[in-house]
Amino acid sequence: MRKITAKKLLLVGLIIVLAWVILALVAPWIAPFGPDEIRTEDKLQSPNMVHWFGTDNFGRDIFSRILYGARVTIWTGMVAIGIASVVGIPLGAIAGYFGGKTGNFIMRIMDILLAFPSLILAMALAASIGPGLFGALLAVGIVAIPEFARLMYGQTVVIKEKEFIEASKALGVRQSAIIFQHILPNALAPVVVQITLGLGSAVLITSSLSFLGLGVKPPTAEWGAMISYGRDYIISGEWWMTVFPGAAIATTIFGFILLGDGLRDVLDPHRQSSRHK
Amino acid sequence: MLKYALRRLAMMIPSIAGIVMITFILTRILPGDPALMITGEQALPEFVNKVREEYGFNQPLYIQLWDYIKQLFRGDLGFAWHTGHSVVSDFVSRFPATLELTLASMLVALIIAIPLGIAAASRQNSIFDHIARVLSFIGSSVPIFWLGLLLITLFYSKLGWLPAPIGRISGDLNPPTHITGLYVLDSLLSWDMAALKSSLQHLILPAVCMSMGTMAIVTKMIRASMLEVIRQDFMRTAKSKGLSHRAVIYRHGLINSLIPSLTVIGLQFGALLGGAVITETIFVWPGIGNYVTESILSADYAPIQAMTLISAVLYGFINLIVELLYGVLDPRVRYE
Repeated sequence: MRKITAKKLLLVGLIIVLAWVILALVAPWIAPFGPDEIRTEDKLQSPNMVHWFGTDNFGRDIFSRILYGARVTIWTGMVAIGIASVVGIPLGAIAGYFGGKTGNFIMRIMDILLAFPSLILAMALAASIGPGLFGALLAVGIVAIPEFARLMYGQTVVIKEKEFIEASKALGVRQSAIIFQHILPNALAPVVVQITLGLGSAVLITSSLSFLGLGVKPPTAEWGAMISYGRDYIISGEWWMTVFPGAAIATTIFGFILLGDGLRDVLDPHRQSSRHK
Repeated sequence: MLKYALRRLAMMIPSIAGIVMITFILTRILPGDPALMITGEQALPEFVNKVREEYGFNQPLYIQLWDYIKQLFRGDLGFAWHTGHSVVSDFVSRFPATLELTLASMLVALIIAIPLGIAAASRQNSIFDHIARVLSFIGSSVPIFWLGLLLITLFYSKLGWLPAPIGRISGDLNPPTHITGLYVLDSLLSWDMAALKSSLQHLILPAVCMSMGTMAIVTKMIRASMLEVIRQDFMRTAKSKGLSHRAVIYRHGLINSLIPSLTVIGLQFGALLGGAVITETIFVWPGIGNYVTESILSADYAPIQAMTLISAVLYGFINLIVELLYGVLDPRVRYE
């Protein structure tokens, strides 16, 4: 019973995530308007048959901008989590495998990075690197590094004590091969889960940065930035400028969380998420 | 326990040193010339140079770092040129606003999360369990800047139930007599009903908005740990000796299920400062979070450095307090 629910949630998560990925890929073919196409005569229209999600203060079609925004969001999330895992996983594995002073040093730095509230650290980093998409995705990536390092560290410490690792050592396998060909594949399940959940938080932090004016530069169609434009219009009642991009962010994050939680339950039966207890 | 607390405090010193290093490095790679930012683009070059020298921006980085550490030991967190005050005085004047918002949001979160978590655990698959699930979805997936704007749309623009979401009190009212700096408490203490009404009306939306994440996580934790506790032998004993359902759940169950939740509540307190940045920016709340955003957008070194430092150190202290609280809640916990 438990397994079935977990699989169902996993499937729902997978469908949501895949739907957004496909929409992002086919955006140029299915979007009725260009993302930056300004039509002042159509500005601030409420949702109608031509503009399904209405238009913004420049007369740009919100539906088309959301479709193009999916490209920015998914791409940023993937690059940021790519950076985090490429840096964090080897760091954690090295710290866990060699232990001692090196391991301690690496993990203390990770602990220090974890002590910062992630949004504040990402804001400070994004401001340091400079506003723009590159700064934002690098900031989001750096903030996520310690999570990957800590996870991989924990896994490595356990796996390196196993007999097959001892056997490889006795056979004279190189240490780098032990780490990357023996330990890493055995720690893959929790890493995949972390990547999925990490993508969800990356989407959240990137859009928060854009909302605060530290992410993408205008006129790029990005969901957080779109909400930021809409902010000035909610008092006068143009709700569609904020509601639709927000719903896009929420469903994407929700999809990644369901997928991550579901994967955890399916891949790692020992560590059930509390939801299914 | 005192010995343990002191040892843990000593262990925090290297971490704090690391935090100081990281915040220093971070803020010194900010783009733009800080001296030019202070003087303005049109300033004469001699004046810009003078400012550069005065603030030590022309010194090598290691000297700047050393000066910064010396300054920290004097309790000086630097000067925020975008407000024209010292960071410490800005912090002191803005901290009560953030504290009030944080406490209010924690209160909202716990008042809803604890009973809901218990109800969801003791009546699985009931309406409470479904509400807990929906809440968990909102708390984990909905960005708070969006939630905040939706709340404003609904309660201010559409229904007109609440005043314009700007600041802590209506512009036409005087803030209550300063006692604690928390407007709700101060207006109660000085019996200023108009101020109390207005400050509560201004507090409710940002507090609800900021409480969502905590509410979702705490509900989930309480539900999960309560489910585990309910199956324990001592709960059956409590029931079989004739205690009421209420007494069994609240006196025996809740206390035992609080320990795992406590860590989460503590961590959330630290995370709330991050949440405050967004919430305060949306509701133009004059606290620390808003200050961080303003400082970052005007590339002001000192306050960014100070606030990242304070938030990380605060986080360390909260963790320590949580660890010490374990022993209070569960006498079996021993500190080694």
